[in-house]
Amino acid sequence: MLTKKIKTRLFFLLSVIFITLLFLTFIYLSLKKNILYFKTPSEIFIFDEIKSNSKIRVGGMVKKDSIQQNNKEIKFILTDYKKELIVVYNGAVPNLFSEERGAVVEGKLNDKSYLIADRILAKHDENYMPPEMKKILENAK
Amino acid sequence: MNIFSFGNIIIYIDRFIKFINSIFFVILIVGLSFALIISPIDYLQGDTVRIMYVHVPSAWIGLSIFSIIAISTILNYVFKIKNLFLLLKSLAPIGLLFTGLSIVTGSLWGKPTWGTWWAWDARLTSMLVLMLFYVLFILSLKYLKDKENLPKILSAISILGVINIPIIKYSVEWWSTLHQPASIKFLGTSSIHYSMLIPLFLMLLVLLLYCALIFLMKYKTEIIKIKKQNIKRL
Repeated sequence: MLTKKIKTRLFFLLSVIFITLLFLTFIYLSLKKNILYFKTPSEIFIFDEIKSNSKIRVGGMVKKDSIQQNNKEIKFILTDYKKELIVVYNGAVPNLFSEERGAVVEGKLNDKSYLIADRILAKHDENYMPPEMKKILENAK
Repeated sequence: MNIFSFGNIIIYIDRFIKFINSIFFVILIVGLSFALIISPIDYLQGDTVRIMYVHVPSAWIGLSIFSIIAISTILNYVFKIKNLFLLLKSLAPIGLLFTGLSIVTGSLWGKPTWGTWWAWDARLTSMLVLMLFYVLFILSLKYLKDKENLPKILSAISILGVINIPIIKYSVEWWSTLHQPASIKFLGTSSIHYSMLIPLFLMLLVLLLYCALIFLMKYKTEIIKIKKQNIKRL
């Protein structure tokens, strides 16, 4: 069934696949750091090349009872349960932003534990359920 | 009698189109009433969750159609099967439509939930790359004059594009993204409550039927075009 013509075509395809994979590896290796949408507070603490005053995106959980709000700005602690980061922001937060939920903040680092945000995004998890179900789960805890 | 001969297959396609037409609107109404009225609101997002019933099925369809196109392009190139060429020609616009739909509905969902229309995270960017591959594929189908080398070029495009498919699927697990990880898994329990899974799968059925309908109509048109060409040659 495999005539010579078909063999040349298969050879062409395999070389295309090979070259593509090669290119993708190079692209991946050079993009490795930028491909992450956000860093965690502990990564900021560990890596020395993250300078203060540089633009950065940090993701984590908003710590319980840490949100302080006055009419000018909102201040809260972002945590990955290892390291914590104090975030200050003035502006409106998204509806889903609340304590013990994921959030991604974008802004400038003042030092390794203090960030002035100019954008806050709420992160949604993969759980979907009706309100009654949530109540049942909470009562069971 | 060969049912795959072009004359006979049109009769079968017509019967199939009629069958889908007869059940489509009933299932559409059932699906929409489940998705918009009967299903409960989400504990966190409220009514915004209803966007998911269009967003998730159309993303699935966008991904699977590209995989089908890639396989049939390669088989068509290697073994020169004419029917496969017609198949991918009629499938490509449908895939583009649903990929675009999932991006648009996703961004409509993202604004109230995340607080932004668009973010350059791995999942969203790779989905946009998929859409660009669809566009590239369709443009080269339409405007390349070199019909002899067309299958070769198309299979190169689709190999490049199909490598993107697992990247889309696993982007939310490999890297930190704004997009949440998959709620429905092949194995194991899904993290969507069953009262929300029913409308989701009903809407998937509706959209699949719609795909089949458009596909059959396109496929029929392509066959008629070939027949017309043959008549001219006589």
